[in-house]
Order: sequence, then structure tokens, then C-alpha cells
Amino acid sequence: MVEFIKDNLILNDPMIVGANISILLTVIVLVFVLTYFKKWKWLWTEWITTVDHKRIGIMYIISALLMLFRGGVDALLMRAQLTVPNASFLSSQHYNEIFTTHGTIMILFMAMPFLLGLMNVVVPLQIGARDVAFPYLNNLSFWSFFFGAILFNISFVFGGSPDAGWTNYAPLAIEGSPGPGINYYLLGLQVSGIGTLLTGINFIVTIIKMRAPGMTLLRMPMFSWTTLITSFIIVFAFPILTVTLAMMTFDRLFGTHFFTLTAGGNPMLWANFFWLWGHPEVYIVVLPAFGIFSEVIATFSRKTLFGHKSMIISLVVISGLSFLVWVHHFYTMGGSANVNNIFSITTMAIAIPTGIKIFNWLGTLYKARIQFTAAMMWALAFIPTFVIGGVTGVMLGMAAADFQYHNTYFLIAHFHYTLIAGVVFACFAGFVYWYPKMFGHKMNEPIGKWAFWFFTIGFNVCFLPQFLLGFAGMPRRVYTYLPEDGWTALNVVSTIGAVGMGIGFVIIVYNVYYSLRHSKMETTGDSWNGRTLEWATATAVPPHYNFPVTPVVKDVDAFWQMKQEGTANKKDIEYEPIHMPNNTGTPFVMSIFFFIAGFGLVFEIWWMAILGIAGSFGCMIFRSLRSHVYDKGYYVSVEEIKRLEQPFHKEA
Amino acid sequence: MENTNKLNTNVPLEYQTETGKLNILGFWIFLGAEVALFSTLYAAYFALKDGVMEGPLPIDVFDFNYTIIMTIVLLTSSFTSGLAIHEMRRNNIKAMVVWLVITLLFGAGFLYMEIAEFIHLVHSGATLGTNALWSSFYLLTGTHGVHVAIGIVWITLIIFQALKRGLTPDTAKKVFVSSLYWHFLDFVWIFVFTGVYLLGMVK
Repeated sequence: MVEFIKDNLILNDPMIVGANISILLTVIVLVFVLTYFKKWKWLWTEWITTVDHKRIGIMYIISALLMLFRGGVDALLMRAQLTVPNASFLSSQHYNEIFTTHGTIMILFMAMPFLLGLMNVVVPLQIGARDVAFPYLNNLSFWSFFFGAILFNISFVFGGSPDAGWTNYAPLAIEGSPGPGINYYLLGLQVSGIGTLLTGINFIVTIIKMRAPGMTLLRMPMFSWTTLITSFIIVFAFPILTVTLAMMTFDRLFGTHFFTLTAGGNPMLWANFFWLWGHPEVYIVVLPAFGIFSEVIATFSRKTLFGHKSMIISLVVISGLSFLVWVHHFYTMGGSANVNNIFSITTMAIAIPTGIKIFNWLGTLYKARIQFTAAMMWALAFIPTFVIGGVTGVMLGMAAADFQYHNTYFLIAHFHYTLIAGVVFACFAGFVYWYPKMFGHKMNEPIGKWAFWFFTIGFNVCFLPQFLLGFAGMPRRVYTYLPEDGWTALNVVSTIGAVGMGIGFVIIVYNVYYSLRHSKMETTGDSWNGRTLEWATATAVPPHYNFPVTPVVKDVDAFWQMKQEGTANKKDIEYEPIHMPNNTGTPFVMSIFFFIAGFGLVFEIWWMAILGIAGSFGCMIFRSLRSHVYDKGYYVSVEEIKRLEQPFHKEA
Repeated sequence: MENTNKLNTNVPLEYQTETGKLNILGFWIFLGAEVALFSTLYAAYFALKDGVMEGPLPIDVFDFNYTIIMTIVLLTSSFTSGLAIHEMRRNNIKAMVVWLVITLLFGAGFLYMEIAEFIHLVHSGATLGTNALWSSFYLLTGTHGVHVAIGIVWITLIIFQALKRGLTPDTAKKVFVSSLYWHFLDFVWIFVFTGVYLLGMVK
């Protein structure tokens, strides 16, 4: 046991030792604070076991911010290494590990949970529901994501990080990468993938079955629409990832021959399967982002979203096309000209529905009296920057031209223009926009705008030069270059931009603290003169049952229409007791067993893997036998509802 | 979440509560995800089935009569599972349990035959690590077999609950959902039988 820890704990790299120490200190401080203020019980009953979609959403967002920090530090380390030629700040192996974890964390443990968090907070409110369809599963989704993320993240202090890129191509990831690193990748993603799949199922059922009376599908707000479409993509894309990860896990642990070079295995099958999931995954993160921008732009333009129906149609078209373009990720890996042609055409076809959306947003802004709030500024910055990302995407989509661009910094710049301008800007916009829904006060606007300027200017300074670096031939994933290559000046500029983005992030985190201390509490549920139902609650932070009486919807902008009619915030309503689900501790325990199983498999400790799997099934059996007892739920009394509906009620 | 306890007695028992309706739709969507999962496994099998460097060929080791019996056993269990739901709709819990137990016995028989077949294959030199063909064969049939095993344990638990608590909207929903799962496994097996065994024995 001691030997095992000694073998795997990484102590030969000063940066990782520093990380070890800071993790240890943070854990000690957390335990001390929780014990000193006697908060353990509070943590367990109010947060860990909660089935309230709003709290689960907040936990998702906090985890995502932590992961953004981790992935951001990775990015800054890479930029530091690349600033000058022949740098020896990071070794080539360490650099490989860092670009791998940066990519994996940013997509799967930052972008996805951030968006899932916002969906959790907003969608049930937006459709006028009390909670999601399966509150128990929702809790399980979060914890399996969380423990999957932890499993992935401990790799860098214990055993070594994965080092084959976030795409993890075979045979490099099988024959070319011994040690537990790749196992961490495979099992971490597997465990968190369970949660994502369950969330997909949960939101489909919630949105199909639990909309408020009168809310036809065509009257549904755009963020809920994007969530619905995204959930469908999740349900059909994530099983592909599950199987693909399992196949490589078998290759590495049990000597099968799926992606190996020997005995008939086919490494190209990994590339195909990975991108069959991977390309829909891109739309899983970007469609909800489109939804957030649509809400923000409509609210601060004070207009109904222009072309609501065309937006829905383009969403559906994109979701279908997203499954038909995967080969464009490897045009240069031996596909025939005909195959490349077909996938060029499907790829460029995606530009059409995406272009429609751009015109939807521009049409909404046209002749509107725009309010330049921080959330709106993120949305406005998104449009031109995302167009750059989209147009360069079409350039890359042309197979013949791609032979020039592929695996250069041109590609890096392209997908950061789509993923940062599309997804990260949306996460920040949504975070600021729905902040009062989550915490009862707004984020400070001037500080938020400082963060915006640092981040967006930093972003463009960082990534515009990378297009040029790509044209100049700089390949991706190289840990250093030579002075003769002539890439130094642009790399210096790029690093300066990255620092700007880092400062922007720090300002956002500071703003959370500042706003907690100094922002005024909201007195109504309608912080921004909103249009959709999430703003129709009597208090800023909705009570756990969301709506005392289910709202009735008559228009696309349901709450706006109520305000026009004067039917919003009616007084003297007859309340009825509300039935709500119980909290649950089983998903947390089950996820710990997932983690144990995953860890056992990473290090091929078989008793531990079997223990973890048996424990997970034990939790499921327990659930099957006892759900009728624990799922009875309880009633919120009329007196309690009356008290909670007062704007200034005391927290229980 | 509201209306959980309001009953609509005009529809089958399992659909009478709001929770029941949500769970059944959710399970259908879960089965959609399972379709994607098994499709990927099929795709892997068909992409890799010519990856035969060494080791036996399917045509040398598959036994037509054996697999057709396996298939009939599993398909029969699907039929008896349907009969169990029929009896559940007639509110005849005894007959329902009898048919469920018969279903499980057929399921267990199938599982026994599959494991025996695996042992036979391993002795013939076709193991998980032999080549890409056999790796993907075992992954596809094995995943199906694990699903059957999980189904047997799950339905056993549900039988106990139905006997203990009687037919309520909650237990009826569980029986119904598990029968959907069982039919789905049959559906998957039809493709395995045709795509893997029958095509494997051609020429």
C-alpha cells in the first residue's frame, strides 16, 4: 500500500509538488472551516443530498468555475512555454500532458457542466415546472460528473496525466503510452459520461411532459428549445463515447484488439468513433450557448426574438447535420477524395442554419433600444467573433484546402474562436444574466464590464495572431520551436493576450466576492425586466417549489405578455399544498463507488474495481427496493407557501 | 411532481400516476440511448470482422443448431413476458408472477447456453485477445449477455416487490418498464443472431 502510493505520487516536479501542497492545504482549511462553523450537516442536507434543480445547477457552475481555473492554468503554462523559442520551462512530456488535460477539462469538465448548470437553474423555471422530471437522477448526474472530474484531475498528482491529446488517438494512446495516464482519461470520462447521459434523458422528459399549460412547443423560450435539442444529441451521441472508451479500456487492460496495430485491430476506428461522438459534442456545448445569447439579446433589446420559428428549424437541422460531418476532423488521414468531398459538403451545409441564427440575432437588435449591460456586452461581442470562427471553419471544411491548414495553429485559432466566443462568452453572459436568480443579487456591473474588456480584448490578442502563425506553418502540439522559424513575435503577442484573459477571469471571481459584500438584494423576481417565466417568481431566488401556482402561458414571451396584460404578480391567490420530492443520499454514495471502481481499473487493482462495481449495483438494488418509501415526498403547507412568497421572508 | 397521488383510473395501472407516465417515457428514451449503444457495437463488429490474423473463423466454430435453440429460448421468454403484462392488465397478480418466473427461467437458460458457448469457443482457440474479430464478437454478445443478467436480477427484485406490496401503480410501472427492457434485449438479439451468427456461417 505504502509502496503503491510512493510509486505513484509525483514528487520530482516542483510545480506538481506545489500543487500537491496547495491541494492539501485547501482540504485542511475546508475541513477546518466546516467543522469550526458546524456546517457538515448543512452541507449534507442542503447541498449534497439536494434534489432541487436550482441548487444542483449552482453546484455544477461552481465545479465548472474550478475546472475553468484548472484548465486556464494549463493554458497559461502552455503560453508561457511557447512565448520564446527554445524555452525549457516545461519538458516535452509535461507539455504533452498539459495540452491533453487542457483540452479534455475545458470541453468535458468546464463547458459542459457550466451549461448543464445553467440549464438546471433555468429550464424548469422557464417552462413553469416545479422541478425536473427525475430529481433523484438529477442528483446522480451531478455526483457522477463530479467524481468523474475528480478521477480525471487527480491524475496529475498521482500516477501521471494522460498525454495523447484530448482526441486520444490510437495507437499512440495504446501502444505508445504506458502508465496510468490514459486509463485516467478513459475512466474519468466514462464515469462523468453516465451523468451526462442521465441529464439528457431527464431534460427531454422534463421539457416534453412538464411544460406549463398553454406553453406549446412553438411558444417555448429559445434556451429551453436549445436544451431539448441538446438533450437529444446527448442521448444519441454519448452511448457512442461509452462504447468507444470501453473498447480502448479493454485494449489497454484486457489485451483485446480493437484499435491496436496487431491482430486485425484498426486505429482508424477510434478516430471515426471518437468524432462520431466528438462532433455532436461540439454542438452539445454550442447550441445551449446560442440559447443563452438568444435570451440575453431579446431581453436587452426589449423585443421578441426575431424569427423564433426559423431559429427552431435551424436548431433541428444543425442537430441532424452534426452527426453527418465527423470525417472532416481527419481529411488527411487517408480518406478517398470522394469521401472527403461528401463530408466537405455536409460540413459547409452547417454554415447555412448557423448563418440563419446570426441574422435572427441581428434582426432582433435592428432598431432596438439596446441596454448595454454586462450580459448584453458578452452577447454583442459574441456575434462578430463567432462569425470569424465560423468563416474559418468553412475554410477548414474544404477538404482540399484543409491539407494546408490541418494541425497548424490556424486550426487552434479557429476552434478557440468558436468555443471561447461561442461557449465561454455564453457561460459568462448566462452567469451574469441569471446571477440574481441564483443568489438574490446582481453582479456588480462596472466590475463586470472591466472583466468583459480584459477578457474579450485579451482573447482577440491571444488568438488572432494564431491564425497567422498557422499560415506561417507553426504546427499544433509542439512544445517549442527555433528562433529561425520566425514565429517569436506573434507568440509573444499571443501570450500577452492570454494574460489578459487570465486577468479577466480573476476579475470575474473577484466580482463574485465583491457583489456578495456590496450588491443590493433584489426586491422582486424580475431583475432585468425579463420576458420569460423564470422572472415571474415573487422572490428573486425562487422557493424550492418554484411557482406557488402553475402559470398559464399565452405567448412566446409569456411573462412579458402577462406584464402587458397586468396579470403578472397577482395578489390574493388561493394556494394549495404542493407536493415535493425528498432529498436523497444514495446517488452520492453510488458515485463514490463509481469513483472507487474507476480508480481500481486505472491502476488495475482488481479487488478495488470489483468492490466499486458491486457497490454501485448494491446502491441500485437498494434504490429499487426502497424507492417507494423514500420517494413519497412531502407537502409544502399553505402557510409555508404564504410565508415564502413574501419578498423579504426570513430563510428557514 | 404535483398530482403524484391523483389517479386517473381510465388508463392502465402503470399510467395512472404522473410519476408513472414520466418514468415510462424516460425509459423509452433510455432505450433510445441503448439503441445507439448497441449500434456502435454492431458497427465495431462489422468494421473489424475481417480482422482475422490467426485463430479460428466463425464458420469453423459456430454451431447452427445450438444458436437457433438459444434464439428460440430467448424469443419465447419475450412472449411469456408479454403474457405477464397481459395478466397484469387483468389484475391477476398470481398469473403475472408465474409468467414472469417462466420468463426468467428462459432468460437464465439463454444465459447458461451463452456462457457454455463462450467456454466452447475459448477451448476452440477463440478468446477475447485472439484477434479483432473475436474481441468485437465478445464485446457485442457479452454486453448483451450482461444486460440479460442484469435484467434477471432486476425482474427478480420486482417480483418480490409485487408479491409483497401487490399491484399498485408503482409496482405495475416497474413490471411494465422491465418488460420493455426485456423485449428490447430480444430485439437486440435478433440482430446479433442474423448479423453475427447467420452471416458468420455463410460460405
